[in-house]
Amino acid sequence: MQISARHQGKTTIFDISGDIDFANSREVRQSVLHEIQESRVSRVVVNLSQVGYIDSSGVASLVEGLKASRDLRSQFILFGLSTSAREVLQLSRLIKVFEICDNEEQALAS
Amino acid sequence: MLALYSNPKWLSVVRGTVERLAKTLGFPEMQCRSITRAVDEALSNIVRHSYGNRLDQPIAMYFRRTRRQSEGEKQPGLEILLCDRGPEVEASKLQGRPLDEIRPGGLGLHLIHQAMDTVEYTRKGTVNRLRLVKYLSQTNSAR
Repeated sequence: MQISARHQGKTTIFDISGDIDFANSREVRQSVLHEIQESRVSRVVVNLSQVGYIDSSGVASLVEGLKASRDLRSQFILFGLSTSAREVLQLSRLIKVFEICDNEEQALAS
Repeated sequence: MLALYSNPKWLSVVRGTVERLAKTLGFPEMQCRSITRAVDEALSNIVRHSYGNRLDQPIAMYFRRTRRQSEGEKQPGLEILLCDRGPEVEASKLQGRPLDEIRPGGLGLHLIHQAMDTVEYTRKGTVNRLRLVKYLSQTNSAR
């Protein structure tokens, strides 16, 4: 799994590639929470278009990001969900909890 | 049989193996993904809870084709047995949490129960055994 960040004004976009699982979800959690809580950006966008698989620890990392952004009144958006990622959010009944966009353009316009 | 150590780096290897096995046995794609997810979550639980994130502990996985009688027909399935040598697990902790609360954690067991027809934990001697079974629906049965 690889994670990198791009900055556009007060928005940070995380590009993640590979699988997010128990071996690496902590890295996702730390990166996302740092941006929300320390850098205090007003919007975090997570690009999941290159992520084939997310396990429950990966979902938990995203939930933590969402909760932290809600606490600080910032925006937390996901886009580019694979079938598997969408399924796991549906099965966890979290699909409607997240703000989910089809692509980056839509995420930045929301 | 697959023997591995409790290092999470092996999770992706197991996922690849299980998904291909389920596909070979004729499970539809969505069920291949859910079976794979269940096994992945079960293994992560062993690494995390049974072995406290130690990387060098033994895990054994056994795979076999199975059958059950359903509506007068034999229904084929896949049985997966995961064995570890961690401390005994309280059965009450294997139910998963309700999903009406938005909070991180506790989703793994829910995903396992949703995916599999049978989720059965037993302790035999010093070994924890988690038995997972998924049956093929008649329309998808592979010969």
